[in-house]
Amino acid sequence: MIKPKKTLKQRNIKDRFMVSLLVLSTVVVLVPLLIIIAYVIINGVSALNWEFFTEELGSPSRAMQGRPTGLIHTMIGTAVVDFLALIISIPVGLGAGIMLSEYPDHKLNPYLRIINDTLNGMPAILKGLLAFALIVKPMGTFSGLSGGFALAFVMIPIIARSTESALMSIPWTIREAGLAIGLPRWRVVMSTIVPAAKTGLVTGFLIAFARAAGEAAPLMFTSFGNNYFPRHWTGMIFGPVDTLPQRLYSLAISPYKEWHAMGWAAGIVLLFFVIAIFFTARLLTRKKVY
Amino acid sequence: MKINFIKTFSLILVTGMILLTAGCGEGREKDDSDDTKKERKSRVDLLGAGASFPAPLITAMADEYRDVTRNRVVVNYQSIGSGGGIRQFVEQTIMFGMTEAFLSDEIMADIESQTGGRAFNMPITLADVVATYNVPGVDKGIVFDADVLVDIYMERITNWNDPKIEKLNPDKDLPSLPITVVHRSDGSGTTNIWTSYFSRVSDEWKAKIGYGTSVNWPTGVGGNGNEGVAGAVMNTPGAIGYNSLTYALLNDMSFGYVKNSSGNIIEPSYAATTEAANIDLPEDTRVLFTNTPAEKGYPIAGFAWMLVYENLEQNNAINNRTEAKELVEFLIWSITDGQELSEELGFARLPEAAVERNYEMIKQVKWRGEEIGKELLKKKNIS
Amino acid sequence: MHQAQTNTDIIKKPLPIIYRWLGDKIFLTVVFILGLSIIFLAFSMAWVLYSEGRLAINEFGVIGFLKGSVWDPGVRMVFGALPFIFGTFITSVVALAIAFLPAIAIAVVIAEYAPKWIGNIIENFVHLIAAIPSVVVGIWGIFVFAPWMRETVYMPIFTFTANNYPSLLPVLGNPMGYGMTTATIILALMIIPFTTALTRDAISQVPKEQREAAWALGATKWEVIRMAVLPYARGGILAGAMLSFGRAIGETMAVAMLIGNKNTFPFSILGPAATMPSVIINEFREAVGNLHLSSLMAIGLALFVISLIVNLIAAYITRKLSITGGQVV
Repeated sequence: MIKPKKTLKQRNIKDRFMVSLLVLSTVVVLVPLLIIIAYVIINGVSALNWEFFTEELGSPSRAMQGRPTGLIHTMIGTAVVDFLALIISIPVGLGAGIMLSEYPDHKLNPYLRIINDTLNGMPAILKGLLAFALIVKPMGTFSGLSGGFALAFVMIPIIARSTESALMSIPWTIREAGLAIGLPRWRVVMSTIVPAAKTGLVTGFLIAFARAAGEAAPLMFTSFGNNYFPRHWTGMIFGPVDTLPQRLYSLAISPYKEWHAMGWAAGIVLLFFVIAIFFTARLLTRKKVY
Repeated sequence: MKINFIKTFSLILVTGMILLTAGCGEGREKDDSDDTKKERKSRVDLLGAGASFPAPLITAMADEYRDVTRNRVVVNYQSIGSGGGIRQFVEQTIMFGMTEAFLSDEIMADIESQTGGRAFNMPITLADVVATYNVPGVDKGIVFDADVLVDIYMERITNWNDPKIEKLNPDKDLPSLPITVVHRSDGSGTTNIWTSYFSRVSDEWKAKIGYGTSVNWPTGVGGNGNEGVAGAVMNTPGAIGYNSLTYALLNDMSFGYVKNSSGNIIEPSYAATTEAANIDLPEDTRVLFTNTPAEKGYPIAGFAWMLVYENLEQNNAINNRTEAKELVEFLIWSITDGQELSEELGFARLPEAAVERNYEMIKQVKWRGEEIGKELLKKKNIS
Repeated sequence: MHQAQTNTDIIKKPLPIIYRWLGDKIFLTVVFILGLSIIFLAFSMAWVLYSEGRLAINEFGVIGFLKGSVWDPGVRMVFGALPFIFGTFITSVVALAIAFLPAIAIAVVIAEYAPKWIGNIIENFVHLIAAIPSVVVGIWGIFVFAPWMRETVYMPIFTFTANNYPSLLPVLGNPMGYGMTTATIILALMIIPFTTALTRDAISQVPKEQREAAWALGATKWEVIRMAVLPYARGGILAGAMLSFGRAIGETMAVAMLIGNKNTFPFSILGPAATMPSVIINEFREAVGNLHLSSLMAIGLALFVISLIVNLIAAYITRKLSITGGQVV
């Protein structure tokens, strides 16, 4: 296994070298991330005020004249659409992931894996188009629900693949042990394998969610956007609703400096929203570790 | 029993949903607290979508109109692009569309055969495009003419000290710096106006490249969106690009003056843009007026149109007479009182000629044969 | 402990056949249907793209469309996908090649080297990369990253080449900062979290015995990782790489903002290029002509098919190497 040619000293030097290389790559990746976050915060912090969290957006002249304007309807809209997306995507992704890992000999699986990876590679805007064709057209109107489906289409392939990977890393001996004491297969999966892999599962949900939470393109033709609250709260689900990434995009492409700042502020909120979700999910899984 | 991990997770999701929706329900109530219950019930939501360029103006109008109607009429306008606006208008998922490229004869004919009425293209505002550049040591005001701009974008002029540019700018100290051409990469009404100007002034451009929201550029680098072009121009010494006047003004970009067809050197301004549209308009206003014959007009400008059906009941997005009526009323307001918002936001005012044409079209708008456009205009003492 | 308790409880009770047999049937049916729904989604997407793109396919023919290198929505109304296929292929393959080792390195640092709390922070930060909206990355790229790259990297390279090997200049291209290389580097950054997450997950599942065996042989820490840990985790690494690759192929906004969007050959290393998703997002919103729009959808369909082929090849390679999940053969 270990090549005898090398002396211990050489091997130790190589060990040190690899450690520094590993740390270096980590730093190289994290530095741009921190710069981007700093950039967002520096540009957006001026627009973060009380009104930002309590008022509706309205028009650019509100911002230019210093009248109250904010994104409260957008934040709530984002929460609704994102939660819809989670509710839709987790069962499907989890189910497909279980299918892939727990029934490795099933005839469907090779196809499922390939199709799933293919779906993952499709640009998000086309997933929005799919949601438009499957949900918006039959319903006859743009809606938060269709936005939830569009984001779910982004998340499902990621969840399915990460679920498969997480479940696969549980040694087969555990399954065999479960089966040996006479448990049916579904009990083995749901009572031992899934709980054992839950950190990995939640990680998968999180990166899928992180990916979907920042997507503007699929929402353009589904949840559509709204400068105000809808007439009634059901309008959040069944009518056009605003979301942060899409609002960020439209604020960023506007010519007004005040709106640019609000766009960056929306970026800050979006990032903290995602961080909050990360934190909650981590806390949840940690508490339940046996 | 052990499934509770998933159970808990979904439980949390569902609770979160309920809390949130309840929370936002509360938010609504608070927001409406000063209104009577009756008024809230009669609130009318108008839904429109389309071109991104006029979006700030339309949303500002919507905001103002909401105050004017004391929260009764709320206009939701979303910028999904001219192409999107036209398509959703044809698909009838929106009550009005907005576009910087008027409906083609083909689409007009389709709509006429399907709904038994026409589709109207009503000018709401004007778009203008300026040549933005980054030439170290030279501020705004480099003078261009049609030939020079076309030559730059066809890679025939490749340096800022080219004699053709120097001839137009005898008082400017132009450096010897290679020109980097920047254009929009995303389909855009701005590109439509810019290239239609080139097509009007150069037969070669017309034959080889043509005009449209996207074209096959002979040279240059493509920036995504106004900010993509602006970023590339501002960060690259020697770059030239094009942006809307508002974008250039509000983001402190240097931009050039252009010699128009009458030989006058025009400094881009909202007034000069309005002036450009002061020409003989056809009845349906479907016209491009780049390279305008108007003497004081800035030559690179065009309309942004609102799309409305002649027979409003044929549009599936409009559910009842009230919505139809409110839509027309908003339309009338937007070309009259609504225009007051233009300058502050960096838009040119609609010229009188266009407003008159709009009145003519509004008069023909019907709901189930009832001439609601005519009635509403009469009510406002406009005939 | 708790778990063992439950299990013995169950053993004590006689298990009804219905619970065992029917339960398994139902379970399999449910997950089967959920799995099938993904296939349904993919095919309905292909169908939507086909029905929208049919006009272009009929006009130019499948082969004609794929090998056409002219994209002219202005005058000739001719559309060909080759420059975009090429651009997508180059950017995503190179991005994955750049991202692959750092992604694994981060996973190793998190799982093996860093103290737990630092590891947690790093891990969450890496996941955050996936959460930054592409448009934010794109705007940052336009105003900060691209100009910086031009001044500190591209210009020196360009001047050096111009002085020494002027014949290579056309290959190098215009060093204005917006172009293929910039887009690829940003793309590499954006796809890292997927490989890292799945690798880190797989590493954490490596049994203690595996490491202990390597330690017992007197291996250094790096050798333990290299010989005992990473091979065991290769299933997760591969799955992660595929997820990353999928993201690289499909990433739209940031690429569209940084790649310079040149729709015609020839491309150069530093100069502008275009990818399939970038041309779709660029022109979809404002495409007015039917044939233009249809061509964009046909590009979507081509992207679907190409992605399918790439995944087929990947599946084939995986089987050839007989790498199965987290199991060690």
